[in-house]
Amino acid sequence: MKTKCIALAVAASLPALALAQVSDNAVRIGVLTDMSGAYSDLSGAGAVEAAKMAIEDFKAKEKPGFAVELVSADHQNKADLSSNKAREWFDRDKVDVITELVTTSTALAVMKVAKEKNKLALISGAASTRITNEDCNDVTVHWTYDTYAVANGTAKAVVQQGGKSWYFITADYAFGHSLEKDSSGVVQANGGKVLGAVRHPFPGADFSSFLLKAQSSGAQVIGLANAGTDTMNSIKQAAEFGVTPKQSLAGLLMFITDIHALGLKTTQNMYLTEGFYWDLDAETRAWSKRYFERMKKMPTMIQAGMYSAVSHYLKAVKAVNSDDTQKVMAQMKKTPVNDFFARNGRIRDDGRMVHDMYLMHVKKPDDSKYAWDYYTVKQTIPAAEAFQPLSVSRCPLIRKSAS
Amino acid sequence: MTDFFGIPLPALFGQLVLGLVNGCFYAVLSLGLAVIFGMLNIINFAHGALYMVGAMLAWMILEYLGLGYWWSLLLAPLAVGLVGIAIERLLLRRLYQLDHLYGLLLTFGLALMIEGLFRDLYGVAGLPYAIPDELSGAIGLGFMFLPKYRAWVIFASLAVCLGTWYLIEKTRLGAYLRAATENPKLTQAFGINVPLLVMLTYGFGVGLAGLAGVLAAPTSQVGALMGSNLIITVFAVVVIGGMGSILGSVLTGLGLGLVEGLTKVVYPEASATVVFIIMAGVLMVRPAGLFGREK
Repeated sequence: MKTKCIALAVAASLPALALAQVSDNAVRIGVLTDMSGAYSDLSGAGAVEAAKMAIEDFKAKEKPGFAVELVSADHQNKADLSSNKAREWFDRDKVDVITELVTTSTALAVMKVAKEKNKLALISGAASTRITNEDCNDVTVHWTYDTYAVANGTAKAVVQQGGKSWYFITADYAFGHSLEKDSSGVVQANGGKVLGAVRHPFPGADFSSFLLKAQSSGAQVIGLANAGTDTMNSIKQAAEFGVTPKQSLAGLLMFITDIHALGLKTTQNMYLTEGFYWDLDAETRAWSKRYFERMKKMPTMIQAGMYSAVSHYLKAVKAVNSDDTQKVMAQMKKTPVNDFFARNGRIRDDGRMVHDMYLMHVKKPDDSKYAWDYYTVKQTIPAAEAFQPLSVSRCPLIRKSAS
Repeated sequence: MTDFFGIPLPALFGQLVLGLVNGCFYAVLSLGLAVIFGMLNIINFAHGALYMVGAMLAWMILEYLGLGYWWSLLLAPLAVGLVGIAIERLLLRRLYQLDHLYGLLLTFGLALMIEGLFRDLYGVAGLPYAIPDELSGAIGLGFMFLPKYRAWVIFASLAVCLGTWYLIEKTRLGAYLRAATENPKLTQAFGINVPLLVMLTYGFGVGLAGLAGVLAAPTSQVGALMGSNLIITVFAVVVIGGMGSILGSVLTGLGLGLVEGLTKVVYPEASATVVFIIMAGVLMVRPAGLFGREK
């Protein structure tokens, strides 16, 4: 009782001393990502490095009165492993925010733990729109992109170019289904027709059978609702079996590392939607060059998005001088996001960070003048149009505030 | 058979041909495993990793030495074979008097290390390897366009399988090998260098994995994880065929490729699982596998 009284007295005198309210005067950021599996190139060590860069820059520029620490771990794309790690980090290691989380299943698992412990989750790598719809909560921000945004950009552009009839080759798990569903919606909304879909086991190596089905469907466009090596092998084998160029392919989720790995000869003339490209302007080039010096490759949107998310978070912590989850979240939502990565960005109440997206056209080998010169920007999709509108949101937080 | 109603025959034939192509990869890989198991009693978990090394070597030979596909087809399996010989001499040899499990654990550890090394060096997105000019293009079969390269895969794999079968079943060297498998002590007493035979067998077995890797390189992205995705299925093939049975592993490999092709017509979602369902069924009825003998 006595000690409690003293503690209360000390606590009461704290504001007078103007001490930071950041718990034990340190902010701890946990980067949980795929360090060794199928997504380790487009996220992985590069995402950890981007987070480190954000912390270094924040310390150098803002000179905070608290320490910033980073921990990272490999979630191996497993949901159970991710939620265990999240618990360990939140409970034992006093981590304030867990970030990155490529692969939807791991993101959904960590979001739940974060909600339970009242800590933050900043998602960059995961794709499914479930994160800000059915499974949304008030401690999560979905930063970089989602299946709606990429489908919206690419599918719309392809339909408008005359690709009216579609057939999907879909990875048979939550992400693939989500991508197929969102893309079909966009195709139909723009006057296109979906002739059918085939679901392939994940991960796959041989796509020839599925391509043959797509070929016999007679569709003008074959939509690839998969990612990573699955998409790459589909594209490569489509050329081998003469599917392309008679029918065209639409890679619904592709990253610059995929283009780099496949080469321009195979990927030329494809459309894809990105949240970021290193060669957009002086600002993106300057940051990407710094990144390149460290990683020896150009950043994907997931990696660039990591920097943006971590910076925004740290600035919010400094502004409210606290690492209290709700206070920081309120500050983050209040502040617009404008940096080298995000243009016209803001965080909506469903946790979606909306920002400008870009419809890209992959260059022909002859048009590529220097290393990593892969895209022409066809169209900037404004933040307000790029993401799923709130009017059709399935997120309980939105429906509550609307009614 | 009513399942096939509504599926046009050309599409069915097309899928069967593609199944045969995949079956060829299964056959060459499981053949190597069967040869190694038959001779060394080692369950070679490093097989998938060495298959990947074969493909990576093909890429390296082109990238660093500027030599094309046909050179790779010769050099990469040889190099993988030499790696295998080194593994056998330095590591596996020490485990023969122990339980099977130790060989399995050692080769599994090796597989993780080899894959980790290549992942660290080249990432997982994979590297592109083009189809050689002589084999690009397609052959019209009436019901489908079969890329020439896939036809070549079928031809090359069947030739390799047949050659291996002939070598082991019909030649003097093969007779020594079979004798050494049956009774190593007695064979040694006849003045045959059994340890040398064992070493060469392992080198040959993993060389086959390397060859399959080179054959696969132009058909998919060449990357560190390509072996680990395939090897589990190949183990199922070996188990179904009967551990150590040469002809069994080849026939099962081809057969299961066809079954997988059919599954892709009827219910594609199950195409990755069907091999394991068959495995479970076969093990219940014939625990030694379709072509295996009870020991």
